[in-house]
Amino acid sequence: MKIKDRIKSHILATPPSGIRKYFDLINEMKDAISLGIGEPDFETPWVIREEGIYSLEKGKTFYSSNAGFIELREEIAGYMTRKYNLQYDPASEILVTVGGSEAIDIALRTFAGPGDEVIIPEPSFVAYKGCTMFCGATPVPLELKAEHQFRIQPEQLEKCIIDRSTAIIIAYPNNPTGAIMEYEDYAKIVEVLKGKDIIVISDELYAELNYKGKHVSIAQFPEMKDRTIVINGFSKAFAMTGWRIGFACAHPDAMEQMKKIHQYAIMCSPTTAQFAAIEALRSGEPEVRRMVDEYNKRRRVMHDGFNKIGLSCFEPFGAFYCFPDIRSTGLSSDEFCERLLIEEKVLTVPGNAFGACGEGFVRATYATSVGNIREALSRIARFVERVRP
Amino acid sequence: MQQEILEILRTNSRISDEELAVMLGTDVDSVKAVIKDMEEKGIITGYKTLIDWEKADQSVVTAFIEVRVTPQRGRGFDKVAERIYQYPQVKACSLISGGFDLFVVVEGKTMKEVALFVAEKLATIESVLSTSTHFVLKNYKDNGIIFDRNGRDEREAVVL
Repeated sequence: MKIKDRIKSHILATPPSGIRKYFDLINEMKDAISLGIGEPDFETPWVIREEGIYSLEKGKTFYSSNAGFIELREEIAGYMTRKYNLQYDPASEILVTVGGSEAIDIALRTFAGPGDEVIIPEPSFVAYKGCTMFCGATPVPLELKAEHQFRIQPEQLEKCIIDRSTAIIIAYPNNPTGAIMEYEDYAKIVEVLKGKDIIVISDELYAELNYKGKHVSIAQFPEMKDRTIVINGFSKAFAMTGWRIGFACAHPDAMEQMKKIHQYAIMCSPTTAQFAAIEALRSGEPEVRRMVDEYNKRRRVMHDGFNKIGLSCFEPFGAFYCFPDIRSTGLSSDEFCERLLIEEKVLTVPGNAFGACGEGFVRATYATSVGNIREALSRIARFVERVRP
Repeated sequence: MQQEILEILRTNSRISDEELAVMLGTDVDSVKAVIKDMEEKGIITGYKTLIDWEKADQSVVTAFIEVRVTPQRGRGFDKVAERIYQYPQVKACSLISGGFDLFVVVEGKTMKEVALFVAEKLATIESVLSTSTHFVLKNYKDNGIIFDRNGRDEREAVVL
């Protein structure tokens, strides 16, 4: 028997993340600038780190309740009300997870299985498709367009929904495009969704990183709240990626089942991270604002830079990504990224790594210093000048 | 916009007006006007560079000196402070609350030079009652900048 022969075909059929492709190349390079990293460059604010350290010093090293410390869930409930005007009961509607990633996984496992279709607006974060396939369900791409600023259009959505559609994953502010959806955008798709038996998994990890106005959650629409799983977390907003802590909010009937998966597969989220997260919600707000202000400046520098180079880029109002159109260079996304890395030592991620419709675009993150952004832009300008027909 | 410009200049006074305009999503002329206005009003009093002199291989000795003085009738502490801050060796001078009155930062080439300055100049000023000199042995953080931090990006180049 070969071990490989025993591996399930739907696991084998799931491709690894295309983002990893250039990993080995960049690790051997000196002076390379990575615009490929999807995480804050800020360290976790000291007030938050310190609380994690204290908890260890005090010997608080035991399991928490499966759903997470009730103090943390209460803080989360307060935060969701304060920030997004959403009411969730800490006892029955909130689950503390191992990052937003776990929440995505268990939400999909709860609602998707063989024979089901999950609608995934693309370009999208790579895990949605993978997790859908692990459930044996079929991911159905909804191709977002640059001319719509990568926002979901109601007509497009209508066309994607069939009887077997069980869920749609909505993720704004968006990775990889930096797009946001505003209230009016949601109102239009809510009209489409409300007549259908379809669950919404709303990944709002980047909610704090909105540079245009207040973040809108689709769960704010009363007719949507009970059928939406809201996923949020600490990684992006509080620069806590390595702590692995996030949360999900949902109707108690959904939560009861999701909690079961979490209970058996995870037990509970890391408690050091939970203590730190409580402090983050209690006193992290000024630090969040400081980071958001800084991202906003860098965002303008990068957006302005790409447009000056002639790589047209719609203004991204969320997350920390620009998604410029590189078709004018005559290169494919893969060629562009590979040559840019080899010739100018700047790492960007090909748009097609986030779905076929991302072809012709690249993702560049501005979660790096202004100095790095400027240097990277001048290298990209030199590169584009050279390759453009 | 004034506040935003100050926040940026505080950490990078070498930034150009053009770069500032892009970062703040405004035009160059507005940036120039606001900066000029702040310079004229004395909100911006200068542009300087933070230097780790140790790395520059130039010996600079810094001392923090606590000074107790007798305030003068009608002039308070201002008169004696003025006598102290006129010396070029004095880099900073503040009136403080607590057990001392004036907090003075003095720079020199050697410890001896600073010590002599304190003994011969500062301590002999008429209203000065006593001085207490603390030499700086190592700078960890100055003006919000942590000195000995390796600038390496600790992040994995690619994750997901």
